[in-house]
Amino acid sequence: MSEDILKLSPLQLDALREIGNVGAGNAATALSQIINHKIDMTVPEVSILPLGDVPEVVGGPDAMVAGVYLRVFGPAPGSILFLLPRDSAFCLVDMLMGRKQGDTQLLNSMDESALMEIGNILAGAYLNALSYFTKLTLLPSIPALAIDMAGAILSVILIQLGQMGDHALVIETEFTTDNDGVKGHFFLIPDPGSLGTILAAIGVKE
Amino acid sequence: MAELIKVGMADYKVGRSPDSLISYGLGSCVGIALFDPIAKIGGLAHIMLPDSTQARSADNPAKFADTALPLMLNEIIKLGAVKSRVTAKIAGGAQMFTFTNTTDIMRVGERNAEAVRFVLKKLEIKLMAEDTGGNYGRTVELKLDNGIFRVKTIDKGEKEL
Repeated sequence: MSEDILKLSPLQLDALREIGNVGAGNAATALSQIINHKIDMTVPEVSILPLGDVPEVVGGPDAMVAGVYLRVFGPAPGSILFLLPRDSAFCLVDMLMGRKQGDTQLLNSMDESALMEIGNILAGAYLNALSYFTKLTLLPSIPALAIDMAGAILSVILIQLGQMGDHALVIETEFTTDNDGVKGHFFLIPDPGSLGTILAAIGVKE
Repeated sequence: MAELIKVGMADYKVGRSPDSLISYGLGSCVGIALFDPIAKIGGLAHIMLPDSTQARSADNPAKFADTALPLMLNEIIKLGAVKSRVTAKIAGGAQMFTFTNTTDIMRVGERNAEAVRFVLKKLEIKLMAEDTGGNYGRTVELKLDNGIFRVKTIDKGEKEL
């Protein structure tokens, strides 16, 4: 049971990628409207990785990042993580607060709230798409923010998965703004039991 | 040439002087350094969870405090360390995110550190120093030529245990 994710069929992986595509597309649209810059996003990668390899996706476990973390509640619980390199987070705060690029070097509590609110909006947009596909009601928790090493931030999610197995299924989308100022990653990491629920809901459970 | 040996999440490595062992970006995980100062042999573990008996999947013993430590101790003894001289230093066990209703899973850092102390006691290994808790990540490095355990953070500086 715990390693079921290693046995996903190509069809099931495609279905998950398509959900990621629409979810991340929604979220990217929301973000581009807020900051008034075009956002380019990559086709989502659906990866099944050994737990220890997940931090490599964002530049290694000691890369300095800002992470907005939300739990997903409902019939298919999981985690959403919006991860940006620290400089990108500062750049995003400059845009949100109407400051000159490069002004933000430290976040005050208002800046932190703004980043968490962005996480909230992105997660909401993402989950809307997921709910639409699956007809499951999925709701985000209040967001939490940390600015630290990528490994340390990801450990929170990986530890939860670690109780069930040694691999994580990660639906990951990279995005960049048209001026290259902000780049980041959306991660949707379903709890191990949720994957079957999602696949059944979209009709590709085998 | 001294080598810097990388220890990933849910793994452990052993070595001898003049090499060093390093593990990057510990959050709620705990880094455990074991060291024999005479033989200059030691090991570094990066555990994720306190207890293998509570987990659904326990395929990787390096993931858990209760299974990783005895295995790593055995390996450094095989390299020539003497158990009565081996001491421990630990770091990590942070709570990276604060939510208003703190669930058990959020307290896992604290539970990891507790479990490590308990297992060390059971193995009769003296805990010399620790830097645990807080809400920030740590990179830890064990220098096998002198047993110094260096703990680096992003905003709280660097210390040697």
